[in-house]
Amino acid sequence: MPPPLCSRVLLSHPFSPMSLMALREQLNMLVNSMYIEGLLDQQFQQLQMLQDASSPGFVAEVITLFCEDAERILTELTKLVDQAVVEFQKVDAYVHQLKGSSSSVGAQNVKLACIQFRQFCEENNKDGCLNALNVVKHHYYLLRNKFDTMLQLEQRIQAYDSKQQN
Amino acid sequence: MAVDREAQFHVLAVDDSLIDRKLIERLLKTSSYQVTTVDSGSKALELLGLREDQDISSPSSPDKNEIAVNLVITDYCMPGMTGYDLLKKIKGSSSLKDVPVVIMSSENVPSRINRCLEGGAEEFFLKPIQLSDLIRLRPYMLKGKLKEQQPSQHQETNSSTISSCSSNNNSKSNKRKAMDEGLSPEKTRPRFSSSSLALVSYEETA
Repeated sequence: MPPPLCSRVLLSHPFSPMSLMALREQLNMLVNSMYIEGLLDQQFQQLQMLQDASSPGFVAEVITLFCEDAERILTELTKLVDQAVVEFQKVDAYVHQLKGSSSSVGAQNVKLACIQFRQFCEENNKDGCLNALNVVKHHYYLLRNKFDTMLQLEQRIQAYDSKQQN
Repeated sequence: MAVDREAQFHVLAVDDSLIDRKLIERLLKTSSYQVTTVDSGSKALELLGLREDQDISSPSSPDKNEIAVNLVITDYCMPGMTGYDLLKKIKGSSSLKDVPVVIMSSENVPSRINRCLEGGAEEFFLKPIQLSDLIRLRPYMLKGKLKEQQPSQHQETNSSTISSCSSNNNSKSNKRKAMDEGLSPEKTRPRFSSSSLALVSYEETA
């Protein structure tokens, strides 16, 4: 077990120990609030559990991949739903993909919005689909903002940790 | 007779979703398995040394890329060859039929689950896959290893008993897992690490 953080930092660290603690506090509060508000569900905890010394960037990597994938899909969906005659099967296929990846990542609100979206696809309801797409985007961009903050905090914290090891 | 070290178990994971491939790879590595991931059934068959149009792997033209696997875990819904199609190809191959195959799906469709189990799949997991799901894979990989090591007469009696027991358990437990999915009670209480995004541990409440 490494010595407690405080003594380690005070002995060897040029940076103020409080700011590292403050960063950690901020990150914890952010993640907790995301669980409480329903942006994240239990699956995200699974991702956190899978991150360890051998894969320190795992959560960041998955989050980044998810966001890239989601934005690609949202772009396609925007085009498809905008057409005069909507190809509901194609739309559904994309929404199914986004539902899958949001489920795998623990992006709860996005996943739920996708489930509703698929309902409208099944009913061949164009207006429903237009609305549903907006709801998905709303939830996605909310999540994306928080993910960005999360990753920035994580990077700053890990910068401290790597300096401590020198 | 010695139990093989976990590191010798090699899993081939098949999924068209990049995120899901990352996840399953991490899950399997965390469980100390060797992993190869591919994004399609046809690539999986290629790696296994089986061409799509063949029922038996051709010994006269060994593929340099051929690998030995102890288990195949595949997504069900994939463009082109589905997980079910891949399952049937593997089970229909004289050289590969004993490789255990597990199917994953994001959708809880009982008829789909039954079809896969009847088609020879050992297990059917609902996504997202959890670490606890992977613990169920070990018996299949061990069974496969034992089959390799034991003489064939012994295999006949042992393997048929094992597979009838496990297939009964499978259908019950998979159905239970499929039903549980709808309830998802909060059984675990997570504890967050005071450091970064890594979760230190979590406790299960009784």
